[in-house]
Amino acid sequence: MAAEAPRNASEYIGHHLTNLRVGEGFWALHIDTILMGWVTGLLGLGAFYLVARGATSGVPGRVQGFIELLVEFVDDTVKGVFPGDRKFLAPLALTIFVWVFMMNAMDLLPIDWVATLVGATGLPYWKVVPTTDLNTTFAMSLTIFFLTIFFSIKAKGAGGFVHELFTAPFGNNPLLWIPNLALNIIEYVAKPVSLAMRLFGNMYAGELIFMLLGVMGTLAALSFGGMLAGAAAGILYWAWGVFHILIILLQAFIFMMLSCVYIAMAHEHH
Amino acid sequence: MNINATLFVQALSFAALIWFTVRFVWPMITNAMDERTKRIADGLAAAEAGKQSLERSSVQAEEAIAQARGRAAEIVAQAEKRASQMIEEAKVSAKTEGERLVAGAKAEIDQEAARARETLRSQVAALAVAGAEQILRREVDAKAHADLIAAVQKQL
Repeated sequence: MAAEAPRNASEYIGHHLTNLRVGEGFWALHIDTILMGWVTGLLGLGAFYLVARGATSGVPGRVQGFIELLVEFVDDTVKGVFPGDRKFLAPLALTIFVWVFMMNAMDLLPIDWVATLVGATGLPYWKVVPTTDLNTTFAMSLTIFFLTIFFSIKAKGAGGFVHELFTAPFGNNPLLWIPNLALNIIEYVAKPVSLAMRLFGNMYAGELIFMLLGVMGTLAALSFGGMLAGAAAGILYWAWGVFHILIILLQAFIFMMLSCVYIAMAHEHH
Repeated sequence: MNINATLFVQALSFAALIWFTVRFVWPMITNAMDERTKRIADGLAAAEAGKQSLERSSVQAEEAIAQARGRAAEIVAQAEKRASQMIEEAKVSAKTEGERLVAGAKAEIDQEAARARETLRSQVAALAVAGAEQILRREVDAKAHADLIAAVQKQL
């Protein structure tokens, strides 16, 4: 089923989970992650841009109606979390939602088709889902992290920000400064890590299950029992795909929602 | 862990997408939506204003109709009054005219009668004188007795 017939299951899975890497060590680049990120971003937000450019204030068409539905949904969600000016936060949320969804949606491409296609171009590896690469999820969560700090300082001033590091959440007693700071550091680290790991873990696990079902499918060629197992794998592959539609949407929404919550919390004074 | 420089590229891509959405996509869509909201609100307000002005003008029209109806009734009443007045006047004038004619006729008749009486009287007097003349031809000189005859004539 795969481009170059895998000798065993671990090789099959390992092949699907390896990035197309250029360079060595820390300065290596995952070309597949970067390119798929651009393609999905341009597809998702480019569609929004095309609709936005032709947007009419009169009676909207179906496509514009759908786009407006999404925009309104994101705007309402952000409004529920953050009462202030949404000129930046709402489009940020839309960007996250659309981009993460599009990247996750690459997971729905049948993995062996992708492998075949990539094999035909002669590339050794091509990991098609950018969100199964920790670099993508951490890039996003760290961007959100820096935005959180930026908005926190913007809302309270640098002094207020530092003051809060030492005095919240327990109170302004010199004895409590160290526990406060420790807790805040844990919190500030936990936020981006959990944000990135959640998305990565969900997508990686989902992709892995597709692969396991793919391995199960390869049994079909071996024996009659294998054929039954292969048929079961086909059904399960389809069922998991349907379920995965929900997961990719949910993960995109969760990432957007938590980012908004973190930035909204940065505006709050303690 | 597989963290490497890809992270920076992805962060830059993310930042570029955010900038793109904040700068272009979001304002364009929300502007269109806000404008539509405004247009719908304006349309509803215009419809409300139209409804109100319709109500106002229908009230006005009703008032005008009521006024016209009252005026028409007034005119009819006036015309009726005038007609009966004219009939009354005509009656009165006809009566007076009749009376006048009757009076005129009566006067003429009186006059005629007086004239006839006068003629008759003069004829009777002449007859009497003629008779008397016949009788008195012999003894009475008409000229001598003219005074007498005139006195008789007067008495008649």
